[in-house]
Amino acid sequence: MNSQIPSKQNFTKESLKKQFRLSEFLAEKIISSVAFLSIAIIFLIFIFVFKESLPIFSQGKESVKTEIQQSAASNDKPESYGGSETSAELQPESYGGVEKEELQPESYGGVEKEELQPESYGGVEKEDLQPESYGDVKKEDLQPESYGGVEVEPLVADDNSAESTEVKEEKSNSIWDSLLTADWVPVSENPRFGLLSLLIGTLKVTIISMLIAGPIAILAALYTACFASKRTKEIIKPIIEMLAAFPSVVIGFFALMVMATFFQDIFGYDSRLNAFVGGIAMALASIPIIYTISEDALSSVPKTYTEASLALGANKWQTAFYVVLPAATPGIFAALLLGVGRVFGETMIALMATGNAALMSANPFESVRTFAATIGAEMAETVFGETHYSVLFFIGSLLFIFSFGLNALAEFYVKGRLIKKFQGK
Amino acid sequence: MKDIKIQVNDLSLYYGEKKALKEITMQVPANKVTALIGPSGCGKSTFLRCINRMNDLIPSVSITGQMLVEGVDIYDKNVDVVNIRKKIGMVFQKSNPFPKSIYENVAYGSRINGINDKRELDEIVETSLRQAAIWDELKDRLGDSALGLSGGQQQRLCIARTLAVSPDIILMDEPASALDPISTSKIEELVHELKEQYTIIIVTHNMQQAARTSDHTAFFYMGELIEMGKTNDIFTKPEKKQTEDYITGRFG
Repeated sequence: MNSQIPSKQNFTKESLKKQFRLSEFLAEKIISSVAFLSIAIIFLIFIFVFKESLPIFSQGKESVKTEIQQSAASNDKPESYGGSETSAELQPESYGGVEKEELQPESYGGVEKEELQPESYGGVEKEDLQPESYGDVKKEDLQPESYGGVEVEPLVADDNSAESTEVKEEKSNSIWDSLLTADWVPVSENPRFGLLSLLIGTLKVTIISMLIAGPIAILAALYTACFASKRTKEIIKPIIEMLAAFPSVVIGFFALMVMATFFQDIFGYDSRLNAFVGGIAMALASIPIIYTISEDALSSVPKTYTEASLALGANKWQTAFYVVLPAATPGIFAALLLGVGRVFGETMIALMATGNAALMSANPFESVRTFAATIGAEMAETVFGETHYSVLFFIGSLLFIFSFGLNALAEFYVKGRLIKKFQGK
Repeated sequence: MKDIKIQVNDLSLYYGEKKALKEITMQVPANKVTALIGPSGCGKSTFLRCINRMNDLIPSVSITGQMLVEGVDIYDKNVDVVNIRKKIGMVFQKSNPFPKSIYENVAYGSRINGINDKRELDEIVETSLRQAAIWDELKDRLGDSALGLSGGQQQRLCIARTLAVSPDIILMDEPASALDPISTSKIEELVHELKEQYTIIIVTHNMQQAARTSDHTAFFYMGELIEMGKTNDIFTKPEKKQTEDYITGRFG
């Protein structure tokens, strides 16, 4: 019998010997290498972007120095806005408390009025530029648009500009002195690369759009997860998710043509394209992302929690808000982070709907210029290897570092605290 | 049987077309423990969930007949389901504490009823945990997550959570089925103590548990109530053949 049925295996050293399974080994290695490859690619992209921005740290010293000397020289020129206003009038309106000499180079120093427009769109001819950006811009028109109504200057702006100018005068050999100013004037005789106003603009748009998108998306997710019937859910969810597939150009175009006018009619602010309109448009782009992920998180909260809460005599609302929502906190938090990331890096909508004026202001109805939009608008027109080029790449690395830092902070610090707060230690 | 708490008249329940409970008529006495026994799928859990209308959550369910709790038909159109569930608490088969701290788990029921005074809540939490015989184990770690407790502690925490809203009736759906013998005996002791104040209905698969803890026993089979009576009578001299077969372990 033993000879005919060979299937019975004995526990000998031979039969238990370790086997090498090639296909399994290969499959495992391939999958893991693909995973590591994506990390490597992200890292390499960052290295490349950062490498391109390196010149501003080394060569930049001299060039910046000469720039600042130039600007110092140009300070003597009595240039303002073609004599339409004297500089004394201009000061209190725009940068109260800032010295006269500093104000002009910050805003339009050394620039003739023909040069004014190329500041925002370097390399574009004046005739081309005007209809695109400001319509028929006469110098009188321009001023109220960009500076009108900015009486509410944030103190920070004043401090920063004042501080940095001081530093500039004392030790003018560091690139940081140039980068930490408010004026972004990359294309002029006297280019200045102050990133602060861009930073303020980016943060402003991000905050506005998250304030709008966060509550809407989370409440919509809560509705579909806890209240809607199965049928309603099957209709709503795919439709909102379809919004995620909307090209951002289309959203930007819609914001530019329709929403801007609509909200201007309602609120009656001066500049048609501003942080508020841009923020709403970007909220449209980030709502589906936040919605989808928080809906998944809310739906995966075990039904037993819901049952337990209902059995205690809670109504549907109490169950949704005090049990389901807290239980899904980590997922919702991840969703919000992804939304912030989307808005932070959003280029097309920012380019089309935010006005692209690098202003330091806390007013949400002022035009802003974001980091991403700056790269998008100017990268094609810079000279390879020039300071402007390097600064744009530096902005790129900044974007990367910011979103990385934000995620790290959220992951390791805020999330833990949220969980502790809502779910006990 | 005096002091009837729940009177069930001809209650039938359908899952869509399928009739899961067939004309149940029974009486549940007040301040006693009533055990529901029967093989899996016989409808005892379904019947239990009828008592606090948890079956409302399943869209395909329809119910006919009467369920009178202290003379009020809880399936009447004018009855608010939220108020019913406040009076009729439920402990589930699988312990399901909320992913919150121990304190918040117990305080939850009071909070949703609008009690936010810290001292009052502290008192409710302590009383409930004491009633559930778990205060001494947990009093030093009220801020910890309830999910870190052992299975038996979680289940007793769930009982405490139910007690905190001070219901009249407590429904228990196999509360000890996933627990070790020591936790089980603790829960049984607890049931014994609680019946002074509450009417308890307990579903169990464990025959000894039913015999040990309950005053009355109802035997369900295939959606029908076969027999109901004093636990002693059911276990010693059942009237129906099916009951006897089930209790003696010949089927089920």
